Amino acid sequence: MVGVIARRVGRVLLVMWGAATAGFLALRLIPGDPVDVMLGVQAQVSDALREQIRVEWGLDQPPLIQYFQYLGRLLQGDLGVSYQLRSPVIEVIAQQAVPTLQLTAAALVLALVLATSGALMGRGKRMKRVISLLELVVISSPTFWIGLLLLAVFSFQLNWFPVASSDGLASLVLPSLTLALPVAGIVSQVLRQGLDFAQGQAFSTTARSRGISPAGLVARHTLRHAAMDTLTLSGYLVGSLLGGAVLVETVFARPGLGQVAIRAIIARDLPVILGIVILAALVFALLNLVVDLSYRFLDPRLRASRAGVSA
Amino acid sequence: MVAAGILLALIFLAALAPWLVTGASPFETNAALSLQPPSGAHIFGTDQSGRDVFARVVYGTRYSLAVGLGATALALVAGLILGLGAALGPRIVEGALSRLIDVLMSFPEFLLALLVIAVVGTGEANIPLAVALAAIPAYARVARSETVVVSQTGYIRAARSLGVHPIAVVWRHIIPNIVGPLLVMATIGVGTAIVTASGLSFLGLGPQPPTPEWGIMLSEGRNFLATAWWVGVFPGLAITATVIAISTVGRYFRSQSEVALS
Amino acid sequence: MSSPRVEISHLSVTFPGASAPAVNDVSFHIDAGECLALVGESGSGKTLTALSLLGLVPPEAAVSVGTRVVAGVNTRGFTEAKWRALRGNRVGLVSQDALVSLDPLREIGSEVGEVLELSRPRLPRDVIAQRVLDALELAGVPQPHYRSRQYPHELSGGLRQRALIASAIAGQPEVLIADEPTTALDSITQAHIFDLLAALKESGLALLLVSHDLGLVRQLADRIAVMREGAILECAPAAELLEAPQHSYTRELLNAVVTRQPARGTHAALIEGPPALSCLGLHRSYPDREGGFVEALRGVSFSVRAGTTMGIVGESGSGKSTLARILMALEKPNSGVVELAGEPWSLAPERSRRSRRGEIQLIEQNPYDALDPRWSVGRILQEAVNLDSSPGPAWVRRARVAELLDQVGLSTQLIGRRAHQLSGGQRQRVAIARALARRPSVLICDEPVSALDASVRAQILALLHSLQKSLGLTLVLISHDLGIIAHSSDEVLVMRHGEVIESGLRESVLNHPVHPFTQELLAASKSL
Repeated sequence: MVGVIARRVGRVLLVMWGAATAGFLALRLIPGDPVDVMLGVQAQVSDALREQIRVEWGLDQPPLIQYFQYLGRLLQGDLGVSYQLRSPVIEVIAQQAVPTLQLTAAALVLALVLATSGALMGRGKRMKRVISLLELVVISSPTFWIGLLLLAVFSFQLNWFPVASSDGLASLVLPSLTLALPVAGIVSQVLRQGLDFAQGQAFSTTARSRGISPAGLVARHTLRHAAMDTLTLSGYLVGSLLGGAVLVETVFARPGLGQVAIRAIIARDLPVILGIVILAALVFALLNLVVDLSYRFLDPRLRASRAGVSA
Repeated sequence: MVAAGILLALIFLAALAPWLVTGASPFETNAALSLQPPSGAHIFGTDQSGRDVFARVVYGTRYSLAVGLGATALALVAGLILGLGAALGPRIVEGALSRLIDVLMSFPEFLLALLVIAVVGTGEANIPLAVALAAIPAYARVARSETVVVSQTGYIRAARSLGVHPIAVVWRHIIPNIVGPLLVMATIGVGTAIVTASGLSFLGLGPQPPTPEWGIMLSEGRNFLATAWWVGVFPGLAITATVIAISTVGRYFRSQSEVALS
Repeated sequence: MSSPRVEISHLSVTFPGASAPAVNDVSFHIDAGECLALVGESGSGKTLTALSLLGLVPPEAAVSVGTRVVAGVNTRGFTEAKWRALRGNRVGLVSQDALVSLDPLREIGSEVGEVLELSRPRLPRDVIAQRVLDALELAGVPQPHYRSRQYPHELSGGLRQRALIASAIAGQPEVLIADEPTTALDSITQAHIFDLLAALKESGLALLLVSHDLGLVRQLADRIAVMREGAILECAPAAELLEAPQHSYTRELLNAVVTRQPARGTHAALIEGPPALSCLGLHRSYPDREGGFVEALRGVSFSVRAGTTMGIVGESGSGKSTLARILMALEKPNSGVVELAGEPWSLAPERSRRSRRGEIQLIEQNPYDALDPRWSVGRILQEAVNLDSSPGPAWVRRARVAELLDQVGLSTQLIGRRAHQLSGGQRQRVAIARALARRPSVLICDEPVSALDASVRAQILALLHSLQKSLGLTLVLISHDLGIIAHSSDEVLVMRHGEVIESGLRESVLNHPVHPFTQELLAASKSL
């Protein structure tokens, strides 16, 4: 058991290193002089000053040295300094992380609630059609469009919710709903298919032969199997929530990491981009680790056999 | 299903011959007609520069469809090759590719696309590349797992027992049998690609105005949401309708091919 | 004399859109303490008939019935709610393969006790717990308290099946339906489970045994009903039916039970020269989930003389499929060598070996993944023929394909067909034709008939036998079924846990077994 955890943690570290190295390489690949980027195209700067800036940022060292310096700084938690904003990347990210996390967490809870109700309600023939259609629409619509629609209807027309603010629960409702819907659609689909599949399995026939009711079958047997299928998705789910957060924050003009990322991309602020990438890699790797371990915890077949199989 | 088919046909028509679908020009500005609601003359209304929204939506079809189909095709082929390598290659190659696929798969597609844009830069031409690269890991993973399953079947063992050359085994037996699930993914993948591309444009990372493209139209429309909802809503509707049409038709063809084999 | 526990008359089940009913006017009865066996091949309607006793026929099917008395209760016109009250309490179901018939995510105790938890009025917890232990004990599960906390995958196949039976009798039903209850088990465990069912029958249970294997039900059935295409062809006391079957189909089924009477008279004549196939000291182990190793083969050695048949008997887990693949050089042994006609085989580099591959071919158990699902029969055989050392011009190759089909008894009309359009028996014949294309001298058959229906088995075995005669093949026949091995082999090898525990000429191994495991195996097959 310890070995398993150790291997998984090792994999997380490997992913981190991979992301960091890939990021570093990407930076090297970008054409153009970072100094130009920092100063802006128009700036008239003397060569001496250019050289000074280069040394200041450590850009004069050979690439291999830079790589190790970079790794060294990373291990100390130093993600470098933003070209554009002139402040440490860590600070930039930390400041903006909270609203994004709030949004993602709220969306996750909402998505699970919506999905479970959708899957459980879609059992009868007619209900199944309606719910499937809803799922299809929700999955096919771009997140930012749904956000726009919700804004148009609920904020502008009906004035139920504030248009652009980030304080208070009210401002969280529409954005998290927007973010949650596509994800809920997918989870609902997977759950429903999982329930149907489990229902067709041999153990379901056995359970029915004992006199179990349809509701009892779901509660006692199939729901657990279907939930396991969904667990596989959860890494992807949180990932797409985080990805969608970027769009949703733009639509609703909410502050957060999304804004930071986009501004950094447009301005080619490489340290910030890199910092976000590495952080994202960490989050996802840890997430997959948690999911993996929970799987082993929940499925008795995956646990190390106790006392072996005996006749 | 029939409805989806008709819709899809219309969409293709709009992409290939937009002038047949609408008489108006997507570029012609007319300040006097700015922000007019939908009417007989302009079914989708006009935008802030007085351009016909319907015309812009129709002309935007070409770009989105091209990106969707092109990026998906590229991702499918590249993913197929990667997946084959990850399943059949010599130990080192197999391990490295599998690790790579696993790492990339832990990132959501949209974020991967953002990352590619960050590296190669913004602009109209880079969007398809970003979308394609971001989609590859998913295809590669499916290709890998399908290849593993297929290579353990009796007929592959039989081919090897007969002495069929390994490359012939891959080309004649393995690839035809793994392409099916990949094509199924592609039917949904085209939709996802279109949404991802328009999402990147929405963020301002792709084509710039006045190009008619659904993503930027949505982003412009956001600014006029209070007064002129039609500027943003109709492009979004176009995206949704296209994605639904493609996935419905794709699903239909998929079920037909399954029936043929059973 | 009480009334029959089960009385069915004029039962018919029809699916929408089907041209004929799946169950056609079936009638029978079962008394308490009696076992009726429903025997038929797949598609005969036997499982549907059994399920209709529980009201578990798929909802889209139309069921019509004259009388349907189950456990003494008239169930005609029953609603779903009424069925639910009956299920588990008056009628129990035991399916095949407890690994999938028990919920893998639930503890044994919870599965066994489920029927009790569903009963009304509510039973107190401790009463349920006690009844669970009682049921497990009755089903012969040792250490019931410990076992009830375990999960299905932690028990061996035999114990699992006993637990499944325990879960079916926990509600103390009067009628028990056993649908192929021992198919997933090895022959020794099969015999044990049948003993258990016999004991339950003695205690007054009315037992409906559903099976595809006429020989298997011999041990348990009081009366046997033979089904085919939805109808009962013949129903008679077991002894009568087996000695003097009335219907020709029953006779066909009986003949298909491969008996232990040898088909071969004398040994094949000794052929000079090196053995056609030999192996020495084969070891093969695989890493398992927890970082340890599973030893599939532990030092296996034997040799097969040209033109003879070597029969290898082994249960699942004995390493026989691994052996087959290593002999075919599809896998490498960790140590040990295989030689083909005296030449190095396992050690030869693949490049040089590939051209020789035609000399030794493999027939496997599963005809359903033996053929590329996208290829036509003609194309499959053509690929094999093209690889022959001197295939000749196109028309010669096409003629060869026709010749191969003829050799395996298939019509050339099947050339355009794809695998999913063929029956299991036909697919296996195509696999055999493909194996013969390169004119091999050695043919390895790994459970060639286990996945086929009883009536087809005898045909395929006869085909292999005649091909051996006409083509002078050396056969290595691998099976868990002692009857098949006894029927066809010159020499016999018994494998267990990756080792050869006994070997020798057929007569001596079968009539004078030395190893206790061989003796157990023989005893188990005698009773079937």
